[in-house]
Amino acid sequence: MSKVMHDATEAKGLSEELQTPLERRTFLRYTGLGLAVGGLALAGCNDVMEDMSQTQSASATAADMANMVDVGSGDVGVLNYAYALEQLEAAFYAQVLQTQYYNSTSAPQRVALRDIEAHERIHREFFKQAITAAGATPIKDLEVDFSSIDFRTKQGVLSVAKAFEDLGVAAYNGAGKLIKSAAYLTIAGKIVSVEARHAAIIRDFLEYNTFVGPDVVDQNGLEKSMTPAQVVAVANNFLKEGSKLNVSNLPTE
Amino acid sequence: MNILNILAEIEKVDPEVYERLDQRRQVFKHFAGFGKKLAAAAVPLAMGSMFQKAYGQSSSLGKQITDVLNFALTLEYLEYYFYDMGVKTRNLFVQADLAAITIIRDDELKHVNFLKAVLGSSAIAPLTANDFDFTGSKGGTRAPLISEVFRYRQNFLALAQAFEDTGVRAYKGGAPLLIENNTVLEAALNIHSVEARHASHIRTMRRGGTQANGLPKSWITGNEGGGPLPSVTAPVYGPGMPADMFPSEANVTQAGVNLTSIPNVTADQASEAFDEPLDMATVLTIASNFLK
Repeated sequence: MSKVMHDATEAKGLSEELQTPLERRTFLRYTGLGLAVGGLALAGCNDVMEDMSQTQSASATAADMANMVDVGSGDVGVLNYAYALEQLEAAFYAQVLQTQYYNSTSAPQRVALRDIEAHERIHREFFKQAITAAGATPIKDLEVDFSSIDFRTKQGVLSVAKAFEDLGVAAYNGAGKLIKSAAYLTIAGKIVSVEARHAAIIRDFLEYNTFVGPDVVDQNGLEKSMTPAQVVAVANNFLKEGSKLNVSNLPTE
Repeated sequence: MNILNILAEIEKVDPEVYERLDQRRQVFKHFAGFGKKLAAAAVPLAMGSMFQKAYGQSSSLGKQITDVLNFALTLEYLEYYFYDMGVKTRNLFVQADLAAITIIRDDELKHVNFLKAVLGSSAIAPLTANDFDFTGSKGGTRAPLISEVFRYRQNFLALAQAFEDTGVRAYKGGAPLLIENNTVLEAALNIHSVEARHASHIRTMRRGGTQANGLPKSWITGNEGGGPLPSVTAPVYGPGMPADMFPSEANVTQAGVNLTSIPNVTADQASEAFDEPLDMATVLTIASNFLK
């Protein structure tokens, strides 16, 4: 906390506009761990996700790692990493379809959520079969922890849907270069654009015409990627102990 | 306030500021070196040369990569001029439509400028609005494929959907050709998903907004019956060449896995869950309908 004060004091010479984001980022960097993690993720903001990821990865101890699910290395590791994320998304939408919110919301939202649930379930089952067909072993069925999610309201459901979809797109975008096989790269490309289609309509449901925006796209019109470490720092908040992901053996380039 | 001063000031309290600018940090480092001489108005131009440094000299990119990037640049020009004409046409759109089309137009311009900067001297000669004929009549030398594109919202949006879905397929088809250069590959993927977001929204607009049910969905179902203008747009959703590498959007088999064998999965859902790539030749055939 003293570090926060220090930074804030020295930042005095800056304009208010600059000072605010700096303080926020610094604050999150030093105190983000364990603090209202669910709430932060609900914000669905990439800045927050990046900050969380820095704190979280720094905090992982050897004991933690031993209890984690290692997605492995090489192309199969990347496939298992994708399989893990699809498990998370599929579990989320499966639960959404069981809610009163889903049953009572507008028909267009029901149609979209039902379709997206099917797509994510297909992605999950595809990876399980494809990894097996490649002669490798899929990671286990992950146990999710959605206790931080408010499944009762539109805002509760769709803000997490938005966070998961944006996260998925950023994850695939960051993983593409880690894949050595052109065939698997193409598969990742076939999925990421569908995730982006999901992200856009979910965001439009929350606020029309936010299908794209500066939180996910940089000043060159390029969508921001996230590394596997950044992604699992967020995803692990929604996975139970013993199902949290360790991506430290994945390729880094 | 000058961006360089901002960065210099932040660096005083946060020495890692450049690292926080993630992929662009190298760019900003270069930029800071000679930036003081630049007026704010010159910033976009200077950014261009910085990106070329950050992404490698175009001469070292190799022909395969510059070919793919120039192909992408051609599509981005096509999209940009199309949306720009739409934005500038009076009474084509209500306010919410205009806001969306302007957002998309601006993204496409950024893509044009980014690709030009990465390609540097290897970039194709710039295309202008005059190089395109969005009726498909090739400057009046043949019957138009679609008339009054800029008069009727639905005609405009039909073409917009075809362009976006084509763009998504094109980047997907191009990605494996960039696999040797991680930086360029990632940048292409980062554009690809933005095009998919555009495609989703254009489809929502055609459906009548987020309160409307019906077709098209925000994702591609089967081959979409040939799309919004089947006589023109069927190739956008059809197979490429060779068809086993570039199947139609109706494809339900991925990496040898028949997705319809998954319990409670319909063929429509299986096709929606995966978008398909398209080869450059097929994409250029589609695009050339709208080049004079």
